Amino acid sequence: MGMSLIVKKITQLLIGLIFLFGINITLFGHLSVGGGFAGGVILTCGFILLMLAFGKDTTLGKMRTSVARFLSCTGALVFLAIALLGYIGGAFFLNFLDPGQAFHLHSAGFIPFADIAISILIVSAIFALFVLLVLSGRFTEDSGKYTEDDEL
Amino acid sequence: MITFYLLLGIMILGSIVAIETRNILSSVISVGIVGFTLSILFLLLGAPDLAITQVVVEILVLVILIRATISVDNTAIEAYRGTFAIVSSLFFLGLFLVFASYAFLEMHAFGKPLMRTSQHYLDKGLAETGASNIVTAVILDYRAYDTLGEATVLFVSVLGATVILRRIGRKRGGKSIESTGK
Amino acid sequence: MTIYLMCLLLFVMGLYCLVAKKHLIKKIIGVAILDYAVNLFLILIGYREGGAPPILFKEMNQQVFSQQSVDPLPQALVLTSIVIGLGVLIMMVSIALRLYEKYKTFDTSEISRLKG
Repeated sequence: MGMSLIVKKITQLLIGLIFLFGINITLFGHLSVGGGFAGGVILTCGFILLMLAFGKDTTLGKMRTSVARFLSCTGALVFLAIALLGYIGGAFFLNFLDPGQAFHLHSAGFIPFADIAISILIVSAIFALFVLLVLSGRFTEDSGKYTEDDEL
Repeated sequence: MITFYLLLGIMILGSIVAIETRNILSSVISVGIVGFTLSILFLLLGAPDLAITQVVVEILVLVILIRATISVDNTAIEAYRGTFAIVSSLFFLGLFLVFASYAFLEMHAFGKPLMRTSQHYLDKGLAETGASNIVTAVILDYRAYDTLGEATVLFVSVLGATVILRRIGRKRGGKSIESTGK
Repeated sequence: MTIYLMCLLLFVMGLYCLVAKKHLIKKIIGVAILDYAVNLFLILIGYREGGAPPILFKEMNQQVFSQQSVDPLPQALVLTSIVIGLGVLIMMVSIALRLYEKYKTFDTSEISRLKG
């Protein structure tokens, strides 16, 4: 199931590059264009391309819904933990790691870690929403009839 | 400056088509045109982060709206003459436009922003935070509370969609079960 | 000044579509256009004539940069607003699908007639 052979082949060739691009934009968020939000939505788009080209069974085999549930909670809790760790410096959300040298990858306090947490949260949340919309699909038949594979 | 007016004109034309056309699939595609033109406008207004995010979010919105409309058997709607609703809403919206244009005369001219706090962010941003992308420094260091609120809103929307799309029924074999327990 | 009025015209068109149309998907399209208009207005406020994006590079002078860059504060707020708009739109579509499943139509006048 899914789409035709041409779409599947092109997706196989491109999907690694799309994920690499998303991770690049997330990690270099404090140096150049991008940040957590832009990188997170690009990674989500990669997953949705996988789902459109190969069908829902293959994609749910790669990123199971239990993994998506775990990752979204983890992303939000890591971001909150970074905020609470600011109490080491004396206030909520204070940037307690040192700013470091400018224009280097390892700089700017906790901003890279917060970027990674935000992007993981966005990927798993929007992917979970999309999977919900796909799985609730068969509503042109009689509603309320519950079939065995309507699990989430 | 003329490009801004041109692109805004394209957006207004696209949204007129999206509102008035009868076929739902054409409406959804016209909303896509409005979104992509908005992304070009963001790039010309000096906001490259926003342009990237707007393009990708527009693609996701298109995929989801097409999934919602294409499963309906009939994609054309019949015309409904609700003249009182249309006339009264147009009258009140016209009144709103008139009074808002009085309020706009008090605003600063286009192209000369008054940057009272932002001047501090631009001057001291690199020295205090160490990040050279000032927008990321504002999001994750100066105004990190807003990002925490955004994470909460995304979480709540996932919870809400799970509760709405839940299906309660019986499994084959007689056991009654509540499904989609995410 | 004219450009603010055109942006407000886009906002008013989105509001008209949300209020006066009877099809549920048209209302969702109205909310999407409303969202675009509000984000555009916030960015238009912060634009500086002949300005550059607020990203520093290695060989830039700090003084020159802070005199000629656009306002970074509205950009930060609109960035979260775009992603929140996506989440809200997905929730609206899920409510619309549930309503279709129950009443077999997307027409709100039919739904309010068939309710209960």
